[in-house]
Amino acid sequence: MEAVVDELPVILGAFWLTVKLTVVSGVISLVWGIVLAAMRVSPLPVLRGAGAVYVSVLRNTPLTLIIVFCGLGLGTVMNVQFSRDDLSLNSFWLSIIGLSAYTSAFVCEVVRSGINTVPLGQAEAARAIGLTFLQTLRLVILPQAVRTVIAPLGTLLNALVKNTTVAAAIGVMEAALRMKNLFDAHGDAIIPIFLGFAAGFVVLTLPMNLLAGRLARRLAVVR
Amino acid sequence: MRFGAGLLALAALATGLTACGNSGADSIADKAKNDKKLVIGIKIDQPGWGLKKPDGSYGGFDVDVAKYVAKELGVPESGITFKEAQSANREPFIQQGQVDMVVATYSITDERKKKISFAGPYLVTGQDILVRADDTSITGVDSLKDKKVCGAQGSSSPKRLAEKFGAEWESKNLTQQQGYGACLPLLENKQVDAISTDATILAGFAAQFPGKFKLIGQPFSEEKYGIGIKMDDKAGRDAINNAIEKFFNDGSWRKALDANLGEFGKYFTTPPSVERY
Amino acid sequence: MTERGATVLYDVPGPRTRLRNNALTLTFGVVLLLVAYFVWTKFDEKGQWNGELWQPFLRADTWTELILPGLLNTLTAAAVAAVLALLFGAVFGIARLSDHRWVRVPAAVVVEAFRAVPVLMLIFFAQYGGSLAGLVVTEFAAVVFGLTVYNGSVLAEIVRAGILAVPRGQAEAGSAIGLRKNQVMRLILLPQAVTAMMPAIVSQLVVLLKDTALGFVVAYADLLNAGARVVPANYANLIPSVIVIAAVYIAINLALGYLATWLERRSRRSRKVSADPAAAEMAGGEVPLVR
Repeated sequence: MEAVVDELPVILGAFWLTVKLTVVSGVISLVWGIVLAAMRVSPLPVLRGAGAVYVSVLRNTPLTLIIVFCGLGLGTVMNVQFSRDDLSLNSFWLSIIGLSAYTSAFVCEVVRSGINTVPLGQAEAARAIGLTFLQTLRLVILPQAVRTVIAPLGTLLNALVKNTTVAAAIGVMEAALRMKNLFDAHGDAIIPIFLGFAAGFVVLTLPMNLLAGRLARRLAVVR
Repeated sequence: MRFGAGLLALAALATGLTACGNSGADSIADKAKNDKKLVIGIKIDQPGWGLKKPDGSYGGFDVDVAKYVAKELGVPESGITFKEAQSANREPFIQQGQVDMVVATYSITDERKKKISFAGPYLVTGQDILVRADDTSITGVDSLKDKKVCGAQGSSSPKRLAEKFGAEWESKNLTQQQGYGACLPLLENKQVDAISTDATILAGFAAQFPGKFKLIGQPFSEEKYGIGIKMDDKAGRDAINNAIEKFFNDGSWRKALDANLGEFGKYFTTPPSVERY
Repeated sequence: MTERGATVLYDVPGPRTRLRNNALTLTFGVVLLLVAYFVWTKFDEKGQWNGELWQPFLRADTWTELILPGLLNTLTAAAVAAVLALLFGAVFGIARLSDHRWVRVPAAVVVEAFRAVPVLMLIFFAQYGGSLAGLVVTEFAAVVFGLTVYNGSVLAEIVRAGILAVPRGQAEAGSAIGLRKNQVMRLILLPQAVTAMMPAIVSQLVVLLKDTALGFVVAYADLLNAGARVVPANYANLIPSVIVIAAVYIAINLALGYLATWLERRSRRSRKVSADPAAAEMAGGEVPLVR
């Protein structure tokens, strides 16, 4: 127990990193996922095809592999570099690319299933008053679609919180890697440290689930 | 909760719960002489030291040492079974008798000597620094203070640097990847300026890319690689030590280093003296 | 479903729209090609298209000696963990529906706790906690432990949702003909629940298979390890090797994905099951799409 108290600042720092990873890649995934969903329902076959290929490639690759590729491949082959003088910052952003690329594929599928739940009449009415495809999507379909999928999006966010630990694969000092290092440093306090970190994740995910549940009910589209 | 009991039993099986290894004190020397067979634990993903090749054979300095020692103990090459021994399970493998000996970049430490015995050392190395061949700005460990360094997670080498340079350096200047193989592309493409760990490991990886990298050649720690065998097998230890000394003296040591490390063989000049205990 | 949803968003294009769509198709096509070209040249600049780096994958022994052993380890870990997780899921899913508070509450705590903890943390814990208890925890055991308890907890929720989705009448009819509680569960509820939830179960098993790649972080000799450590150790071709391994993963997971869709279609057609998968999903509130 002492070890947990002594290392509390370190543990909190690790969770702060986990939160930052979650929030930043969550926002990027949401935006990019909606764009992908729009591509997949668009009238242009080329965009539909590109979206479909993206989703099935990213969804079927293990996240660990994606993150390792971002950590080693993007920097060395594509010259992607976020910070010249801070390696932690650099791998932080590289892992965000990996997490967002992966999660957005799932967001896309969720949003697309939401689009399918919007009644036909809505889109027909929108077209009847002369809205273009993008206007129909933006003003009529998406607002309803996203509301109906708040709960599954909450599940995705929940998964994302846990998935941020995979960033450990390229040395980002988030909660899981920090926990392992603390195991090394305090061999006699493995169980308290584990319980501390596990509690941290419960604290992060529980309110999120409640909030998603409440939002889903409040924003539900009454039909 | 009948299911529960079954689940527990299965889980116990899956966790590799193993009974205490048998404590039969047969010496490895007798076993080799009588059976003409040995099971030897090696690394399979360490270029230059222990590497599984696509044709199914194994190559590297450790493999050559193992073959030589086995031959001296009376076991022909066809009698050797190589088995992968990852870092974390080297002691258990020996204790449980899953392997007869381990030759796998295995550092002799007092901690490990409580569980197993070591013959050797057959090589002394230390933490060194690998840089790009055209980089002259790094001359020793102190120049790493304002350089970017790559290390492997779980390795003690990056820890040593982090303790030396402090937490801020660790955060900004150190990246920890999955194994040293992953560090090389980062060094080659100037994402980092140096890789630092045992000279042996660095030499093995760098030898794959002739002309691209160089070692600084000033080790700032000491590791002695030994051959791990069962605790208290004095006869076996002596027999292996004799074999190692012969390996040094008939020129095989030099030849094996140059054959496995190419241009990096020159960083290992003289064989150590065997420590008998 | 998709087709209807997709086409209702826009009219059958008239001549002007068709012209505009063609122009847009061309524009986006060119943009996509430019992106591809950019990536291609970057790879080229770094010599990643160098034949030497890719040739090893045309040789049979690279596959049989270096990659397939890794794939075998991945599949072994996935299979063992899947069996254990299904057992875990069945036991805890049923336990959460127990009439006895002292069974229900601990089961709920275990399931909720393990669902909240990332697999990687469970794997690390298995390694360090196990050796604390004097066990020899191999990488395999650690990976299987992590995958079993996490996915087992998720499967427990799926099983529970499935059982709840079987109409009450089924259980009541069972009791009426004199079956005991355990018989009702075993003979009536569980078979229907599992059939109804089969698609969700299979997709969770796909998640499990993908998660075996976490073993890479603890140096388990899996497929990713073969691609990112073993093959590059021989040919110094990290990036090409990771790409090839990604293709292998994608092929396997796509195949499993098709299996899941096929099962879903079959269970939708089948009239024997009274539990509706869609209703079950609603009852469960949450059917995991990822992880």
